[in-house]
Amino acid sequence: MADLGPKPNVALFVTCLVDLFRPSVGFAAVKLLEQAGCEVSVPQGQTCCGQPAYNSGDRANAAEIARRTLPVLAPFDYIVAPSGSCAGMIRKHWPALFANEQEMSKIAIAVAEKTWELTSFLTDVRGMEAVDAEYDGVVAYHDSCSGLRELGVQDQPRKLLESVKGLTVKNLTHGQECCGFGGTFAVKYPDISGRMVSDKADDIEATGADTLLAGDLGCLMNMAGKLKRRGSTVKARHVAEILAGDTDTPPIGEGES
Amino acid sequence: MSVHNPTSHRFPENARDALKNETLQRGLASAKVGFRVRRSEAAARLPEFETLRDESRDIKNHTLAHIDLYLEAFEKRVTERGGHVHWATDAAEARDAVLAICRAAGAKTVTKGKSMISEEMGLNAFLEENGIEPVETDLGEYIIQLRGETPSHIIAPAFHVLKEQVVETFRENHTQLDPNRVIDEARQLQDEARLVLRKRFLEADVGITGANFLIAETGSTVIVTNEGNGDLTQTLPRIHIVLASLEKVVPTLEDASTILRVLARSATGQEYSSYTTFSTGPRRGEDIDGPHEFHVVLLDNGRTDLIGTEMQEVLRCIRCGACMNHCPVYGVIGGHAYGWVYPGPIGAVLSPSLIGVEEAHHLPNASTFCGRCEAVCPMRIPLPKLMRNLREREFEKGLPPATQRWGLAIWAWLAKRPVPYRLATWLPMRLLALLAGRKGRYSWLPLAGGWTSQRDFPAPQGPSFQALWDRKRGRREASK
Ligand code: SF4
Repeated sequence: MADLGPKPNVALFVTCLVDLFRPSVGFAAVKLLEQAGCEVSVPQGQTCCGQPAYNSGDRANAAEIARRTLPVLAPFDYIVAPSGSCAGMIRKHWPALFANEQEMSKIAIAVAEKTWELTSFLTDVRGMEAVDAEYDGVVAYHDSCSGLRELGVQDQPRKLLESVKGLTVKNLTHGQECCGFGGTFAVKYPDISGRMVSDKADDIEATGADTLLAGDLGCLMNMAGKLKRRGSTVKARHVAEILAGDTDTPPIGEGES
Repeated sequence: MSVHNPTSHRFPENARDALKNETLQRGLASAKVGFRVRRSEAAARLPEFETLRDESRDIKNHTLAHIDLYLEAFEKRVTERGGHVHWATDAAEARDAVLAICRAAGAKTVTKGKSMISEEMGLNAFLEENGIEPVETDLGEYIIQLRGETPSHIIAPAFHVLKEQVVETFRENHTQLDPNRVIDEARQLQDEARLVLRKRFLEADVGITGANFLIAETGSTVIVTNEGNGDLTQTLPRIHIVLASLEKVVPTLEDASTILRVLARSATGQEYSSYTTFSTGPRRGEDIDGPHEFHVVLLDNGRTDLIGTEMQEVLRCIRCGACMNHCPVYGVIGGHAYGWVYPGPIGAVLSPSLIGVEEAHHLPNASTFCGRCEAVCPMRIPLPKLMRNLREREFEKGLPPATQRWGLAIWAWLAKRPVPYRLATWLPMRLLALLAGRKGRYSWLPLAGGWTSQRDFPAPQGPSFQALWDRKRGRREASK
């Protein structure tokens, strides 16, 4: 890798789902960031990006959560999240929450500008071209909507995956289609969400892949949950786990066997 | 479903019915893909497509900022050319205006081109109640009129009807034709509709069309169609009535032609629709055809209330249908589930604004915010943002169910307090991890029925990342 100067201080915004459900993704992210020459910290005082409130119309609480988290993140050179959705929230929506508060708005914009989705940070900012990992399998990659449309994350994970020895990437036929997660949408409109994820599972299985990868744990839990419900053998993992070569833990929704 | 009685409040039930309707599902699966492919190919063929979207957005923003002036200018031009403009605050006033014109003309039959404003007004039922027979002349509209249905898509009203069903409908209704005729092909069905409608065109006393644009500088109204039925509707009868909502106005012909360049490409992937027809006033002395009277009914129906508010951007909509064609929710439930005139993302934003958040509160919530609608909207309307605005309004009014509000309040209280958050999540997450055992997931969980009715719930791995990180970091420091 090219010499990129002194080690940047990177804050890992681990996201509530990775924190609570799948710490292995957080450790994989730390490993990748260190490989990319970063000094990684996990600042205390982070909980969630506030999307559950923001997308439920509870703007006040969303702003309060952001207000408390911003000072924790502000001192770092970069903030990186293993999620396009949460990185998108910080980048695109936190500044909007403080449009009427000059001081907070400045801080929110400054933090927004240095916040990145993991694979995009590794390639676009740190110039990472390849990873040192192996995975013997055919993977279908799902582009999660926020990462894809809010942050333009599409080629970055694929580029890194291509360097994983033994791995082949397949594209979905309806790659731009939402998996039906949508946060609280999945429980508020279960029938609609269920049909959407069922169509997605069809698409995944039609690729013949044995593994499903994505960069957002919410979408992955939705798709893995559907695949397992159908008795599918497709394994679901966060892309960071494969890129970091951390596949000792069972795939999402599977136990130790 | 009648337009007078929206069923948007029953959205979840409507959606469930739609998901169970196999004919509808077959139609949706094939039709949406075609629309998407054609739109993306058309956009790719035109290098300046993205710039045209910006220009179109700017034209409408400018117009909306001065809408009073442009509407007055439009009215002045229409009147100068011998036409009449009727201002209608709501649907009832618009219906009355149309009825008065029809009555004065002694009309028994009116032919109609496709118009969503007519749907918004509930015009057909109203005319029938008043002894006037409306005849839809757009093929899709004609089909659903025969079937007693409402449009399920704004540019393809019979989107939900399969070809076999059309054959059935025609056989039932066109009893004057040979029962042994062959009508298996789309072409044959079109020909049959033409044959039957030709007679109706000639009988009609009044022709009613919608409008894609109103042009302030000339007083012209513009429609785009692919069947040419609009032209016959407006030129054959003695009287032509144009139904339009206020925000259809643009300043100049030039502006209309800019927006026309993104309209058909976004809608059907055509460069232009087959027919783009400009109407300017009634027939003049030297004209060989055209109506003797020209009326424009301008419907407000709550739109001016949106001007100057955070919802104003929705008024840029040109009704191309791209948002619904690309919507994953519309794609699995179709249009009728939305319960009122406008389905899909545009409906999710427009319906609550026009019929109230109480009636239509589900619609802006029934979105994953995947953002694809905004990505394809030629007028760059930030549909997800506008849906979020509506969710905020609903939240302020306390419309979400108490369980949701309480759940959210408890979660938010914790999310704002990292230490209690970690304490409060510790036990439930450990239990979830433990109880899942070697299976690693749940097929049923208390309080998570919405999730587990459709899919398994993946169990957490164990302790949280932050707990593990602290331990690891503690170890690191200890070993120094
Ligand atoms: S909101 Fe945009 S995409 Fe949807 S119908 Fe209107 S103009 Fe077309």
